[in-house]
Amino acid sequence: MGLTYQSCSIGVTKESFSKRRTSGVDYTVALAGNPNTGKSTVFNALTGLNQHTGNWPGKTVLYAEGMYTYKENTFKLVDLPGTYSLMANSPEEQVARDFLYTGRPHTTVVVVDATCLERNLNLALQVFEITSRVVLCVNLIDEAKRKKIVIDMDSLAGKLGVPVVTTAARDGYGLDTLVSTIADVAAGRVKTTPFMIKYKDVIEDAVQKLEPKIKMLLGDEFNTRWLALRLLDKDQVVISAVKQHLARKNGFAATGGEAPA
Amino acid sequence: MKRKYPYSGLDDILKEVELLNPSGALKLNDSIVSHIYLGAEKIAGEVVSQQEKPKIDWDRKMDDILTSKVFGFPSMLLLLAVVFWITVTGANYPSEMLAAALFWIQDRLTDLCHLLGAPAWVNGFFVEGVYLSMAWVVAVMLPPMAIFFPCFTILEDMGYLPRVAFNLDRLFKKAGTHGKQSLTMSMGFGCNAAGIVACRIIESPRERLIAMLTNNFVPCNGRFPTLIALASLMVLGMTASPGVTIIVVGIVLLGIAATLTVSWGLSKTLLKGIPSAFVLELPPYRRPQLGKIIVRSIFDRTLFVLGRAICVAAPAGGIAWLLANIHSGGLSLLQHCGSWLNPFGQLLGMDGFILMAFILGFPANEIVLPILIMSYLAAGSMTELSSIEQLSNLFVVEHGWTWLTAACMMLFSLLHYPCSTTLLTIWRESRSIKWTALSALIPLVIACIVCFAVAQAARLLGWV
Repeated sequence: MGLTYQSCSIGVTKESFSKRRTSGVDYTVALAGNPNTGKSTVFNALTGLNQHTGNWPGKTVLYAEGMYTYKENTFKLVDLPGTYSLMANSPEEQVARDFLYTGRPHTTVVVVDATCLERNLNLALQVFEITSRVVLCVNLIDEAKRKKIVIDMDSLAGKLGVPVVTTAARDGYGLDTLVSTIADVAAGRVKTTPFMIKYKDVIEDAVQKLEPKIKMLLGDEFNTRWLALRLLDKDQVVISAVKQHLARKNGFAATGGEAPA
Repeated sequence: MKRKYPYSGLDDILKEVELLNPSGALKLNDSIVSHIYLGAEKIAGEVVSQQEKPKIDWDRKMDDILTSKVFGFPSMLLLLAVVFWITVTGANYPSEMLAAALFWIQDRLTDLCHLLGAPAWVNGFFVEGVYLSMAWVVAVMLPPMAIFFPCFTILEDMGYLPRVAFNLDRLFKKAGTHGKQSLTMSMGFGCNAAGIVACRIIESPRERLIAMLTNNFVPCNGRFPTLIALASLMVLGMTASPGVTIIVVGIVLLGIAATLTVSWGLSKTLLKGIPSAFVLELPPYRRPQLGKIIVRSIFDRTLFVLGRAICVAAPAGGIAWLLANIHSGGLSLLQHCGSWLNPFGQLLGMDGFILMAFILGFPANEIVLPILIMSYLAAGSMTELSSIEQLSNLFVVEHGWTWLTAACMMLFSLLHYPCSTTLLTIWRESRSIKWTALSALIPLVIACIVCFAVAQAARLLGWV
């Protein structure tokens, strides 16, 4: 029963989802993860909101957005729908992926289920390709403990090149560390160098040929490697997004602003 | 200095892409997926270790029972029955206490009006109209909601809902629709509007529309207390609540049957197509957080939904009082409307006032029964109830209810059109006047046919 204030009122269909970075917000933080890993629980714990949580996959059908402050900075937290991948095969995947590259969050928290890390890492690795500012939140650590699953967190952080925080969000365990880590990554105090999957040589060569041209066209604002891969795949959604972006930039330049190099 | 912007840049890149990857020869996605899976497997393999497998896999053991072919349905029915039994039994006592307290306040309000020397219509409109209808909403609605919501949320928190979807999947496939529809139905138990939004989890537009058009057949929280109260009327004399529980469970099953039948009908006619396959992950069972559930479901849901009902009930109560007290030609407007609708109501096994209550209850199903009570009180000789037990007196003795009246009103309540919020949600989700209209018309026609058939059959067979 997805029933909270928002979901039983007229506001039920209102999308509280906006790609703009609203004023007064210092940092935008996205929550990504597989279905049923506890994203909404983390979201509620951090924002103090009561987004409906429930133990079934796919329950976040509304994009939830909430605020919290930490050390005088205001963070906007966006709870993305749970997905297994970012290949844009379903509306949820499309939404999650689009937010990551058009919303350009300052930090993306990938919430993973400690009891099935391998499957959850698939999504994390795909997020790494889009954005480098990632925090891995290994949630449900209490369940993993009960199943006698042990994860070497230091080694995991080393291999992935991003901070790893273990949490049991339902009991509030580890959330303080998560909040401070998010702030560190958002402010750039902690540098992340996420592990990048290398593809076969033909693809890597093609990406290398495309990357400098994309950089020339769009500047450093975007992740050129990911864009190169998407363009190489002739992803129509991404192509039209780039077109739109160029049109906007162009309008800006025409009114006397500085055109990007 | 202004620089000329390289508009053609993107086209050049796309041209190069065509050279590098002529008509998808690179098989990019396959390669990406397989590399990412391999990478994840490698990393996980290096950092995860499981010292010993737990001796007993409780999740598996529970699923063996709860989703088995033999025990799946019976255990589902049993759980449903237990939840309703707790609700019905638990709601009885607080309902009476609340009613007593609220009626006591009503008397004090009337005293206050007399003390202030207010004209009679002030007391009538505000106390007997607005206040009384709100009091009835609180007394009838609050206790069942406050008990039912936490019970259901516990089941959800444990992870039982996906098992329901798993059990029902076979039936939905036979009806030509998506198995996830049972998840949207579960949401509908709480609120049909929320159930409609939950339909977004169904990808195929055809199946999503079917799920939206049939969500109304799941009785939402606004109709539950009505159904419970009517079921109690039916088993009059035998105060034991098992009877009530059985009737309410039966009504819910009927609703599910209606969902399946209408879904089947739609997928054979207006929304033709074959059901799409899907993979639903059965999440692990989790220990529900009792404290949090109770607090959240009372503050977030019960009080909120109740607040909405009260907001609708207050003006509706006022209108009902006005209708009952503005006279024309010796009869009140309410009696005019009631007697005008009466022939049609009788055909459906009900009466004109009941139909009036359903019409006035369009903004929120919660207020149908309170409005009915108000109109009966205003129209008959019995003008005041001192306790909830006298309800049956009012209905049976004063207004000639039989078991058939209660049964038909329950059926109509289960099947009739969705409330205004739900309809608005359907329109927002489908952006189609046609489907929104159909989502009100289909249930209405079915409700009329079913009530008509039941009423006429019962009368022909001489059961009434």
